[in-house]
Amino acid sequence: MNPVTVNPPVATPFFFYGTAAVMIIGGILVITRKNAVHSALALITTLLAQAALYLMLYAPFVAGVQIILYAGGIMVLFLFVIMLISIERQEKERPFNKQWLVGIVAAAALGGLLIAVYTTTTKGAVLFPEGRVSYVESQNTQGIGALLFNQTTGMYMFAFEIASLLLLVAIIGAVVMAKKRI
Amino acid sequence: MHELVQYITSYLGSDQTPGAAGNIFWAVVYVLLVFVGLSIAVICMNWLERKILAHMQVRLGPMRVGPHGLLQPIADALKLLLKEDIIPEGADKVVFWIAPFIVVLAAFTVFVVVPFGPTHAITDMNIGVLFMLGVSSLAVLGIVTAGWASNSHYPLIGALRSSAQMVSYEVAMGLAVVWAIMMTSMSEQGGTLSMIGIVQAQQQQGIWFLFKFFPLGIIAFGIFAIAMVAETNRAPFDLPEAESELTAGFHTEYSGFRWSLFFLAEYSAMIAVSSIAVTLWMGGWLRPFPNLLSGPTWDLAFSLIPGLTFLFLAGMCFYNTVRMPKHPLFKIQTIGLAGFGLVLGLIGLVLFIPAVRVRVNDIFWFSAKVAGFMYLYIWYRGTFPRYRFDQLMKVGWKVLLPVGFSLLILTAVVGMRTELWAQVQEALRR
Repeated sequence: MNPVTVNPPVATPFFFYGTAAVMIIGGILVITRKNAVHSALALITTLLAQAALYLMLYAPFVAGVQIILYAGGIMVLFLFVIMLISIERQEKERPFNKQWLVGIVAAAALGGLLIAVYTTTTKGAVLFPEGRVSYVESQNTQGIGALLFNQTTGMYMFAFEIASLLLLVAIIGAVVMAKKRI
Repeated sequence: MHELVQYITSYLGSDQTPGAAGNIFWAVVYVLLVFVGLSIAVICMNWLERKILAHMQVRLGPMRVGPHGLLQPIADALKLLLKEDIIPEGADKVVFWIAPFIVVLAAFTVFVVVPFGPTHAITDMNIGVLFMLGVSSLAVLGIVTAGWASNSHYPLIGALRSSAQMVSYEVAMGLAVVWAIMMTSMSEQGGTLSMIGIVQAQQQQGIWFLFKFFPLGIIAFGIFAIAMVAETNRAPFDLPEAESELTAGFHTEYSGFRWSLFFLAEYSAMIAVSSIAVTLWMGGWLRPFPNLLSGPTWDLAFSLIPGLTFLFLAGMCFYNTVRMPKHPLFKIQTIGLAGFGLVLGLIGLVLFIPAVRVRVNDIFWFSAKVAGFMYLYIWYRGTFPRYRFDQLMKVGWKVLLPVGFSLLILTAVVGMRTELWAQVQEALRR
């Protein structure tokens, strides 16, 4: 865990604004498309762009897991369910419900909060530093492993196990609800 | 100009992959080489699969286009490119258009991390195996969207089957991969996910992971070998494109160039999962017995095998040239076959040059092992009847998954036996 080096900046403005633009456009497409399959495809694009952002932050393991779990696993199940729904009826319905005003207020509040946190915590810092101090890329996986499972530094072990238990409960609940007789 | 030449030559003699050395020129060269090599391999597989299947079924297979049908794949490719490209009336045009590209991209991107040798990979990633599993799992999206966008019943059923099948078998596949990664943690430099690191761990431990903890490694490999056939939608798990039930499954409505993209993706995905299996269990680029039969004499002997293999193939060609019917109509075919044998023989002779021999050796062994898996794929198709869908799910969830979990726990206990035993003794003493 100890080697701390200065990496060459992957976080170039070009890369960041590119992926951010893809994410925002994808996010807008998700909520504006009437066709649910198109929405799902836009969501996949957003998730992949998010993986690219993780790569930019020197976190290849998180990026890989993001691709496997979200883009490759969960979204396939999404598509699986969407395909069983009749698309024709959906196209006639209005995709927005009545809560758009509340939604805008909530989004604006969250955005304001993020900007406030950013401006207060990074006073005088530049948006894209020439090189930032971070763990070398090749240590990312090992670092996460140590944080989760190491005997001395593994502070997130309990949280990790509890989270998986939560998923197990959800699976059992789904089985119980789906099948009357087990 | 001088700087450019220096930039290009600076990589030569380096012991890193171009990705690790940060040399863009050689990275692009490697990408092109892998792309061309893969396309040639798919063309060869097309011909070999027909020929081998035919011989398994006591037929001749393609015989008309070129000697022994050698030009058949090229004729097929021409036919596919010239075919009318039809998009069904009710299809979702955009999604229909994107789907084959998703599949091809997923199948080809995987090869960025495939280690053909300690330096013969495009790049080495810290998350190599995860990257391969993740990107190849994106291929499902292409198949599902292709089936849905066709707006037809058979493709939709094929797509639903395929998504259920691939998601189910990904779990078993992941467990088998975790088993192999667990083995890498037994070497001195600690566990690793990098593809090159996994092969180096096998070299250092002096054993292929296939034979590690004797029966356990083979069981883990067996889980992977079954799951990888299901992942690539091949017989006996080819339900998504079961001809007798679904015409052609998810790509029923595709024709021409788009269909050939699916074909290309299917075969390169097969090569990709085979290379994962070779890397994880069969020592990747390592030649047989690198530690037991070491020394310059054995090195020389093993480095001659690539050339000898090509010379053997050339010899087969010449043998069949002599056996060709002595009829004026077969004259061009006979000359063609002799010419093909000559080309193979020349390649074999080039492989004997010491400078080439040393550099190509690792690529040859990797490709040879992958080729073994490709033959297995054809063999499965020729021998096994197709599974029913409920049987497929039963095998995935009720056999492979429990076996995989218990194998992981058992291997962990066996691997930590000295530490565990020490703890037990400690507890008893207290």
